[in-house]
Amino acid sequence: MSKETMEYDVVIVGGGPSGLSTAIKLKQLDSNLNVCLLEKASEIGAHILSGNVFETRALDELIPNWKELNSPIKTRVSKEKFLFLSKSKSFSWPTWLLPSVQQNHNNYIISLANLCRWLAEQAEKLGVEIFPGFPASEILYNEDGSVRGVATQDMGIDKEGNKKESFEPGIELLGKVTVFAEGCRGHLGKQLIRKFELDKGKDPQQYGIGFKEIWEIDEKNYEEGLVMHTAGWPLDNNTYGGSFMYHAENKQVFLGYVIGLDYKNPHLSPFDEFQRFKTHPAIKKIIEGGKRISYGARALIEGGYQSLPKMFMPGALLIGCDAGTLNMPKIKGSHTAMKSGIIAAETINEHLNSQKELSTFEEKFKNSWLYEELFKARNVKPSFSWGLILGIIFTGIDQILFRGKLPFTLKHKHADHETLKPANEMPKIEYPKPDNIITFDKTSSVYLTGTNHTDNQPVHLQLKDPNLPISYTLDKFDEPAQRYCPAGVYEIQKENNVNKFVINSQNCIHCKTCDIKEPSQNINWVTPEGGGGPKYGNM
Amino acid sequence: MKILVAVKRVIDYNVQIRVKEDGSGIVTDNVKMSTNPPDDNAIEEAVKIKEAGKATEVVAISVGEEKAQETVRKALAVGADRGILVKAEGTVEPLAVSKILQKIVEKEKPDLVFMGKQAIDDDCNQTGQMLAALLNWPQATFASKIKVKEKSLEVTREIDEGLETIEVNVPAIVTCDLRLNEPRYASLPNIMKAKKKQIEQINASDLGIDTKPRIDQIKVEEPPKRKAGIKVASVEELVQKLKNEAKVI
Repeated sequence: MSKETMEYDVVIVGGGPSGLSTAIKLKQLDSNLNVCLLEKASEIGAHILSGNVFETRALDELIPNWKELNSPIKTRVSKEKFLFLSKSKSFSWPTWLLPSVQQNHNNYIISLANLCRWLAEQAEKLGVEIFPGFPASEILYNEDGSVRGVATQDMGIDKEGNKKESFEPGIELLGKVTVFAEGCRGHLGKQLIRKFELDKGKDPQQYGIGFKEIWEIDEKNYEEGLVMHTAGWPLDNNTYGGSFMYHAENKQVFLGYVIGLDYKNPHLSPFDEFQRFKTHPAIKKIIEGGKRISYGARALIEGGYQSLPKMFMPGALLIGCDAGTLNMPKIKGSHTAMKSGIIAAETINEHLNSQKELSTFEEKFKNSWLYEELFKARNVKPSFSWGLILGIIFTGIDQILFRGKLPFTLKHKHADHETLKPANEMPKIEYPKPDNIITFDKTSSVYLTGTNHTDNQPVHLQLKDPNLPISYTLDKFDEPAQRYCPAGVYEIQKENNVNKFVINSQNCIHCKTCDIKEPSQNINWVTPEGGGGPKYGNM
Repeated sequence: MKILVAVKRVIDYNVQIRVKEDGSGIVTDNVKMSTNPPDDNAIEEAVKIKEAGKATEVVAISVGEEKAQETVRKALAVGADRGILVKAEGTVEPLAVSKILQKIVEKEKPDLVFMGKQAIDDDCNQTGQMLAALLNWPQATFASKIKVKEKSLEVTREIDEGLETIEVNVPAIVTCDLRLNEPRYASLPNIMKAKKKQIEQINASDLGIDTKPRIDQIKVEEPPKRKAGIKVASVEELVQKLKNEAKVI
């Protein structure tokens, strides 16, 4: 059955900072353009999760008078701390000794979800049509192979793939240009990178998994505007990661942890590392007496410049972290995502109104501060493959002495799914039981995300080989999906002494970690029915 | 036949409700809002009746702040013909809502008024009944099946003892149960069309209705936390604990 079609000048997939910036900039440049934006979450912002210390540079360019428009950017960074943690002690590192990219005094502590909601309001005022609850599930191509648009997901399909009474077919959205802005590891972006070989000659992409909890803390421990980062415990010298703690408005603290997905030990559980981290005296004393009100997790890009794929292709652009514009040493991706969206809009406007090729994106990108930023930052993350201590020493030389201008580029050698060592060669890790005060289990955490997927729909976590988890991955890697999934989606259950791989897909918080880390790339994340997934508030 | 359907904007049923620190209410900032679930059933049923050729117009109405417009718009996207928003700030109690609906009914002259059996935020389950009293119309509450007849409705009601089938004369009020039907999805083209449909805005005060709450809310608090369970090794230990510690046997 052919689907109904709707035609636009520009179709944007994803309502995060990059997609919304493209939409806004397009309408500013030419208010006659027909622009629509699809978002898989039930509302804009509901799938957004980020630290977030926000650098306003891109927003200053996009909406210079944002301060007058009641934007949710209120808490200026007032104080910074950087701590190295050992098991029970903490050592403060003077912030003036930090590379300038890690200094935040001109930045703001924000909720990126709220910023996206506000950007969506601005976009709608300019006439952008925003459709939350409609995941783009399929890429449409012209006969010449160029991108023609996307199709939205069919709604009302049961587990076996049959149409339910409520069946509602998807729609084909055709754009003269389609912009993919799905965020890190977008499932359409992944297909485009493969089809158009956008990553040819680039290093394999690097990812991390980021956790975030929001705590309402005791007045006496609260210092609005305080930004604190830590490195060290509970991770060992060879695992890349660290924490953030941002004192936002209303006595809320954004507490989070990021772990590089290039970790080697299959027994490692990123979720439990984060929980354990909170028991450190330097952290516990701040959140003790407070209350955890939100939880979430999301994969993020860490590859930077070396891993950044080509961002244009016939008929389409790939922007933000769908490509990978996050600046890792800065621990910031919002301003870079927005800038890539602005450049995309400028390129598209010239393409539609002055017949310039979409490939001019490349030149615009290379002449922008975004490129300069990513280029300078390029050697930091790979240097940490030598361990935390050498990484810090190198980063000091690279970032403070040479300001990112060393005449060579370090390589990312492996994709994250290739780094796990066999389970029997690596030490097991005993994690302490949650106390339900400071530390929690996955079930009670997922509960806070408001996650729901309509039951009786096809499982959106597809196994290429359904037997592999038991026949291979369990034996060799002790099935790490049980541990790397931050929502407890994957379980090994014993039934009559036979192991069974269970996928609780209704718990999925759309972080994409499984799609990245599964050692055989056996798990494929596809879009569930629209509106499914977490319902994050001010994450 | 014309059907008026009342819809309410409430906190989405998936969201974990959080009580404000000072106990003055619940947190609604940055929280996902949706249509009250049984109101979706009410709209669906009205649209189905219209599609079966037994109704000529479906009008969706909501009472609340400006943003309740989204809830009316959602009803338009699944098939309501036009919308009305009666604007009122703060909590509007069921009595005030029914008085507002009474005024609208007098103006719009519908043959049927549908709404959800209760709202999932205050769980009052009063508006339909109060409206029936104010209008002196028959009411069929907790409807799980509706059959439209010439000048009446045959309604199957979900009651404690099972199912009860009654017949009510039109005009009538029907409050809908979740089992009544499966609400459809709003399709993209219909959402587009809904953006062009008309929503009339009226101020509650212009209708002469005072929406000031009549109930003093003293305090809102979370239910007590459940204590963690323990595992026992044997039936004997269980019996012993039930006897001596829990003192239930």
